[in-house]
Amino acid sequence: MATQSTYSWRRDKDGLGVWEHRGKVAVAGYGHSPVDRRWDGTSMDKTLGAYSILACQKAMDDAGVTPDQIDGVICCDSHIAGASGGSAARWAPRPYFAPPYDSEWGLTLVNAEWLIKQMHLPNVKYAPTNVPTISEMVGMASQAVGDGLCTTCLVIYPTGNLEGRYRRGGENADDYARGARQWTVPWGNHGGNDFINIFPHNQYCLKYGGTHDDLAPFVINQHRNGLLTPWGYNATHGVPQLTVEDYVTSRYILNPLRIWDCDRPVNASAAYLFTTAERARDMRQPPVYVLNHSQHNFRQRTTQPDLDEIEEWTDRAARRMYEGAGLGPQDVDIFNPYDGYATMTQFFLEAFQWHGVKRGEAFAFYAGDIRVEGPHPFCSSGGNLGNGRTRTAMYTDSIEQLRGTAGPRQVKVRAETALAAFTTPSNGGWIMFGKYPS
Amino acid sequence: MPKVIPVPDALSKPFWDAVNEKRLVLQYCAACDRLQYPPQQTCQFCRSADKLEWKEVRGRGHIATYIVIEDGRLNRRMPDQPYNLAMITLDEDPRVNFYSNLPGTPPYEVPVGAAVEVTFEEVAPSQLIHEWRVVN
Repeated sequence: MATQSTYSWRRDKDGLGVWEHRGKVAVAGYGHSPVDRRWDGTSMDKTLGAYSILACQKAMDDAGVTPDQIDGVICCDSHIAGASGGSAARWAPRPYFAPPYDSEWGLTLVNAEWLIKQMHLPNVKYAPTNVPTISEMVGMASQAVGDGLCTTCLVIYPTGNLEGRYRRGGENADDYARGARQWTVPWGNHGGNDFINIFPHNQYCLKYGGTHDDLAPFVINQHRNGLLTPWGYNATHGVPQLTVEDYVTSRYILNPLRIWDCDRPVNASAAYLFTTAERARDMRQPPVYVLNHSQHNFRQRTTQPDLDEIEEWTDRAARRMYEGAGLGPQDVDIFNPYDGYATMTQFFLEAFQWHGVKRGEAFAFYAGDIRVEGPHPFCSSGGNLGNGRTRTAMYTDSIEQLRGTAGPRQVKVRAETALAAFTTPSNGGWIMFGKYPS
Repeated sequence: MPKVIPVPDALSKPFWDAVNEKRLVLQYCAACDRLQYPPQQTCQFCRSADKLEWKEVRGRGHIATYIVIEDGRLNRRMPDQPYNLAMITLDEDPRVNFYSNLPGTPPYEVPVGAAVEVTFEEVAPSQLIHEWRVVN
């Protein structure tokens, strides 16, 4: 079974030209587990591992693929909360359970090895370790299938949350700031994209005009789209539709960042089935072709990224994606950028110039008709804000829109290409899907 | 209201030693004629290590923008909430910025665009950090 080794799959440089496997790789299936707020610590059918198995089974059923046909498993094997997860991200020192839950694997972490064993997948030949988040995983899978490392590949993104609020433990509970944190933590920056984006957001308001609460229509629309997503947290837990009044009177986290600008951590998993375009045509669903994948990893030049840097980074990422896809802003029908904090989405919108939106124009765009049934169906997925912090709604909605199976979220405009990402302005990746291979 | 204490390492020790002497020194690349903060192993622009040296700066800046931390994740700072966190640009090179809690400025009452000067606060015995105070 192949492991990560030195396989070079990233498209993380400028000037790489059109992707060599454009239209030759496809997504043939997807599946979502239930989305819970937390794991209760006792329901063994609702562990992160159980939910990952369920998501894989759904993706395989969706594609019409049997376990013996799976020859690739790419599973993110790190915890979404990172080093500050504390007791929300690590089961120990609590006693473990009987196998297969006799370690963190299956409880707070999932990897290919654990899944292959639990699901009895006999023919896997590509199952890397140290797998990045879904931001880059979809690119990894696309390249692996295109290069022939595997032909029928499960891509799994587990997002775990035990009881409690995560990211308040670990290094955030330390009295000392070490390494890169010595430059930020003493003054209160706990590290994260809430901080990275709120300062440029404030500078944006100063430069282009507007106030923070001009985000309200966007956030409310994300909630609306989330309620139209049958598997999402909001829809399955009766979360009421957010109103403008709710938003503008909500409490602050990092004033002016409000609670509703932040996504809700959840315990869930999702899986996608990547295969060759040729094989996909014989599977159960219409193929959704991969037209390009790209990654970026930009380094900030000083303590806090400023507006100039954020705009430069997102511009570069957009150019990189468009170049590799051989497309431009006018060609993107469905646009699902990341909304993990509401303050970053505007930078993606303007960088990619979706529907002609240029720098400084995002707030006016948000105030227009961005509903799924309207002329500018922005973030038709509802993202994380509408579905919980799964980071997968952007990909699933894109696939559904191109298949024509998005139900009440189905856009009324043309839906032949879709651009999706869980990404931040500095790090991550994008994927472009197409209804047709060229 | 104790702040989180920075831990100097081999790279940052010259910086923190200067801070403990109430001096602000930044890395300076003689080849690029550019200041660099936080310090890195090489110049981020030309990738040279040979031309990197430490240079004392005047410690004057301006407040570019700010937030007020009302519900942060740092356990040690929770009793201080709400408190200011400003982004300070250095006058000698506004591409260099710092964080500051703006001692002497009440939460929410930050004068964006105002001039500031560096000051130093003790966060632990024999350990200072650099802060910025509005210039009246």
